[in-house]
Amino acid sequence: MTFLRDKFFPVTTVLIIIVALWYLLAIFLNAPFERDQAARANTTISTDQLIANTMHQERPVLPAPHQVAEEIRKTVFDIRPTSKRSLLYHGWVTLSSTLLGFVMGSLLGVLLAVGIVHSRTLDKSLMPWIIASQTIPILAIAPMIIVVLNAVGLTGLLPKAMISTYLSFFPVAVGMVKGLRSPEIMHLDLMRTYNASASQIFWKLRWPAALPYLFTSMKIAVAISLVGAIVGELPTGAVAGLGARLLAGSYYGQTVQIWAALIAASLMAAVLVSLVGLAAHLVNRRMGARAEGARP
Amino acid sequence: MNVAAVITRGDMNTAASGLKPDGPVIDARGLSLVFQTSDGPVHALSDIDLTVQRGEFVSFIGPSGCGKTTLLRVIADLEQPTSGTITVNSVSPEEARRKRAYGYVFQAAALYPWRTIAANISLPLEVMGVPKAERAALIEKNLALVNLTGFGKKYPWQLSGGMQQRASIARALSFDPDMLLMDEPFGALDEIVRDHLNEQLLKLWAKTRKTVIFVTHSIPEAVFLSTKIVVMSPRPGRIHEIIDCDLGPDRPLEIRETPAFLKIAHRVREGLRLGHSYEQ
Repeated sequence: MTFLRDKFFPVTTVLIIIVALWYLLAIFLNAPFERDQAARANTTISTDQLIANTMHQERPVLPAPHQVAEEIRKTVFDIRPTSKRSLLYHGWVTLSSTLLGFVMGSLLGVLLAVGIVHSRTLDKSLMPWIIASQTIPILAIAPMIIVVLNAVGLTGLLPKAMISTYLSFFPVAVGMVKGLRSPEIMHLDLMRTYNASASQIFWKLRWPAALPYLFTSMKIAVAISLVGAIVGELPTGAVAGLGARLLAGSYYGQTVQIWAALIAASLMAAVLVSLVGLAAHLVNRRMGARAEGARP
Repeated sequence: MNVAAVITRGDMNTAASGLKPDGPVIDARGLSLVFQTSDGPVHALSDIDLTVQRGEFVSFIGPSGCGKTTLLRVIADLEQPTSGTITVNSVSPEEARRKRAYGYVFQAAALYPWRTIAANISLPLEVMGVPKAERAALIEKNLALVNLTGFGKKYPWQLSGGMQQRASIARALSFDPDMLLMDEPFGALDEIVRDHLNEQLLKLWAKTRKTVIFVTHSIPEAVFLSTKIVVMSPRPGRIHEIIDCDLGPDRPLEIRETPAFLKIAHRVREGLRLGHSYEQ
C-alpha cells in the first residue's frame, strides 16, 4: 500500500500529465501541415478531421505517443533481435559500450580519488586537470577520440566506451575524493590510537565511509555513460547503436524512428540508474543504515 | 608487532600491578605546547609538571581553554609538545602509542555507524590482528563489563547516547590496555545517566585496576571518581594545583553529601576560582 501511495500514484500522475501535454503539442505542431495540404487541394478541413489527421502523419513534426509506442513495439517484438532494423539490436550495441565505459570510468575515478586523497602532490597536480577535462565539449572531442583510436587500430566497442569513460570518471572521482575525506577527525584519531596502518585506515574507515558517496556519483556516471555512448555513435558513420539510429532517422526525416530511439535511450537510462540505486540500497542496508535515506 | 603478546602482557600487569612498581606511568617535566595560529601563538600548555602512578584515577579539571584536553592528547601522542619532556610507561608517547598502551574514549562515542556494536568493539582487535576466534570471546567479555550484553547486534543509532558511550568504553577496553584516557566522556549526557555511568566507571576501575586519566569540567564528577585531581587554569594552560582525593575505594553516590566529599569539592572550586581570578 505504501508503495502505491509513495511511488506508483505520484509517478503515474506525472506520466499522465506528460502524455496529455505531448498529445496537445503534437496536434498543435502537426496541424500546419494538414492545413497546408487542405489549402493545396482547395478543400476545407473540419477541426475533428484535422485533429484525427495529426495523429497519423507519415513524417510528423512531433509524432503522437501512440505512434512512437507502435514503432517501439514493431522494432522490438516484430523484428528478429539480430536484424539491423531491430531496436533491441541497436539498444544492445549502445548498452554494451555504456556498461564497459561505466565500469572503466568508475574504476578510473576511484583510483584517481584514492591517489588524490593519499598524496598531496597528486591532489595539487591532478585535480585541476580533472576539472579542465570536463570543460571541453564532448561533441568536439568525441570524433577526435574515435579518429585517433581508429588510426592506432582500435575500432568498434572500445573507442565508444572510452568516450563514456571520459565522461563518467569525473563524477566518481569528485564524489569519491569527498567520500574518502568524509570521516570525522575523531574517527581518524581513533585509528591513530590503535596505531593502524594506512591500508587499515583505508579499508576499515575511509572506504566504508565513502560508499554512500560512491553510489550517488555512480548514478550520475551511469546516465552520463549512456550519453557518451550515444554521442560516440554519431561520428562512427552511423553503423549501429541508438546514436546511429538517431542519425539515420534525422537523415531520412524519420521522426517516429528518432523518437522511438530517444524513448528507448531514456528508458535504458532510467533502468540503469535504478539498478545502481538498488545496489546502493542493498549495500546501505548491509551497513546498518536506517530504513530510508539515513545516510547521505 | 605481536598483539597477542601485548594482551598477555596487559593481563600480567593487571594481575601483578602491586608487585611491579616500574616507575610512574606518566612523567611530564616542563611540558609546553604552543599552537601557531593566524592570530599569533596560543599557549595551550605552559610548563606542566605531572606524575601519574600506576593504578591511579587522575582527573584534569578546569574551564574551557585550560589545555586539559590538549594535555590528554599529548599523552596519547595525538599532539606534539613544543618543549619539555614527557614519558608514558617510561618511553616516549609515540612509542607507547605504537605499543598500544592506552585506550582512548572521546567526547562523543565515535562509533562507526556502519558497524554493529559488536563489530565496533572488534575494530581495535582487527587492527591489532587478534584472531577471529579470540575476538568473539573478548567482545562478549567487554560487552558484559559495560552491561551491554545482548546489544552486540544493534547498530549505534539504535542505542541511546549513554549506551553508545558505554559501547565506546568497551571498545577502548577490548584490547586490555594498561591505561584508559577519557576526554569528557560523559559531557554530552544528562545528569541522571551521567551519575549512573560514573558509578559504573568506578566499579570498572575497581575491577580492572587500570590507570585512568579523566578530563572533565564537572567538580562533583572529578571528586567522586578520582584519587587525584589536577586543577588547571587557562591562558596559558597550566596546572594550578594538584589535590589528593582520598575518599577510599568504596564510593556510593551518597558519598557526595558527606563532609569529606564537600570539603574536597570546596578546595577544587577555590582552586578553579583562584586560577581564574587574574582575568577579572
